Amino acid sequence: MAAKVESDNVDSHRSGYLSKNVWSGFLFGVGFIAFFDEAVFHQLLHWHHFYDKSTTAMGLVSDGFFHAFSWFATIGGLFMLADLRRKQGFWPARWWGGVLLGAGGFQLYDGIIQHKMMRIHQIRYVENIIVYDMIWNLTALAMILVGGILLMRTRNKRERPS
Amino acid sequence: MMGSDICYAGEQLSKAAPQVLLALPFLFALCLYLAAVAVSNRYRRKWPYFRTACWVAGISLVLSSVTGPLAARAHVDFTAHMAGHLLLGMAAPLLLVMAAPVTLILRTLPTGAARTLARLLKSKPIRFLSDPAVAALLNVGGLWVLYTTELYRAMHESLFLHLFIHFHVFLAGYLFTAVILYIDPIPHQKSFLYRTLVLILALAGHGILSKYIYAHPPAGVAEAQAKMGGVFMYYGGDAIDMILVFLLCLYWYRSARPRKPLGESVSKTV
Repeated sequence: MAAKVESDNVDSHRSGYLSKNVWSGFLFGVGFIAFFDEAVFHQLLHWHHFYDKSTTAMGLVSDGFFHAFSWFATIGGLFMLADLRRKQGFWPARWWGGVLLGAGGFQLYDGIIQHKMMRIHQIRYVENIIVYDMIWNLTALAMILVGGILLMRTRNKRERPS
Repeated sequence: MMGSDICYAGEQLSKAAPQVLLALPFLFALCLYLAAVAVSNRYRRKWPYFRTACWVAGISLVLSSVTGPLAARAHVDFTAHMAGHLLLGMAAPLLLVMAAPVTLILRTLPTGAARTLARLLKSKPIRFLSDPAVAALLNVGGLWVLYTTELYRAMHESLFLHLFIHFHVFLAGYLFTAVILYIDPIPHQKSFLYRTLVLILALAGHGILSKYIYAHPPAGVAEAQAKMGGVFMYYGGDAIDMILVFLLCLYWYRSARPRKPLGESVSKTV
């Protein structure tokens, strides 16, 4: 009985924080994928260049803003998660949906707008770059798709128990 | 022989003068802070050791930036200059802001003088300067002017410019950190969201300038040095800003804690 009351309690809290779960996850997702990009492709593999001479001015500005935003979002998103947990409003499936949507969205923006249109840098400086671009952007689309499905399935709390 | 000796001595002097002139105000600030702690501890609650430690560490970082080997190398080595800039304009201000010097002064001064200071903090110029957007513009905008105009070269030739720019970098860095975090009391405070947006814009301005320096060396800086300095500025700035972002989020987290009515919170915890 106590457990039933408890779970009802959690549910009611969760449904009060539907969008906060998404935002927290989304911010963390954007921050995490940007951090991953920086750590793996810039620092470890040295595929990406710090500055590629073909970068447009717009690309430099876009890169700067997204870098700053994602740096803040990683930390801010996790503090929002802590806030959700102390208010008993954390909903893991919905939060992960937000993470995947944020990560996929940023990766797609990075892969199409920043790499290709603004030419901030290429994924790797090799001949068959198209293969890298395809894998990069398809991964992004897959993340958006799975994230979107998760968000759809956690849209309304009342449908879940049945 | 004689001539070159004089020349050498003159060069040494010209290098020592800015170091001494830059260091003195900070040494004075160190003594003042320690004296204020000693005086106010006699008739008030003990001033936290943590704050005093922050002040001492912050002043040490300033001194290591404007004097000694780093300051000497900064004239010829752009990466050393950038290391000094990160210490003077970002790391030291963060520590000094955490030391809450205004709070310390307010509790040390006699009531009348403390009231005058509080009134001064409410004045129009302070209100204008303490807008995070203005502070960010002074801070990052100043750096853009320094590194993208002839100012950087001129700084190495004029003692006045050298002093002015170094004090500006420090003061703008301090002001910016202070109005993002609000450790010390200040009237007309802005919301967390506003400060978050300003911090992101400032961070972006700093990062973009780093990459701009990488591609366009400031006047008188060799390309290889500009590249190293730019990368150093980019990642060094990120590291220090990460602490700033963490603290801002932490203060938001604390201020947003749920406050339940007394009766309710008792029944929930059972």
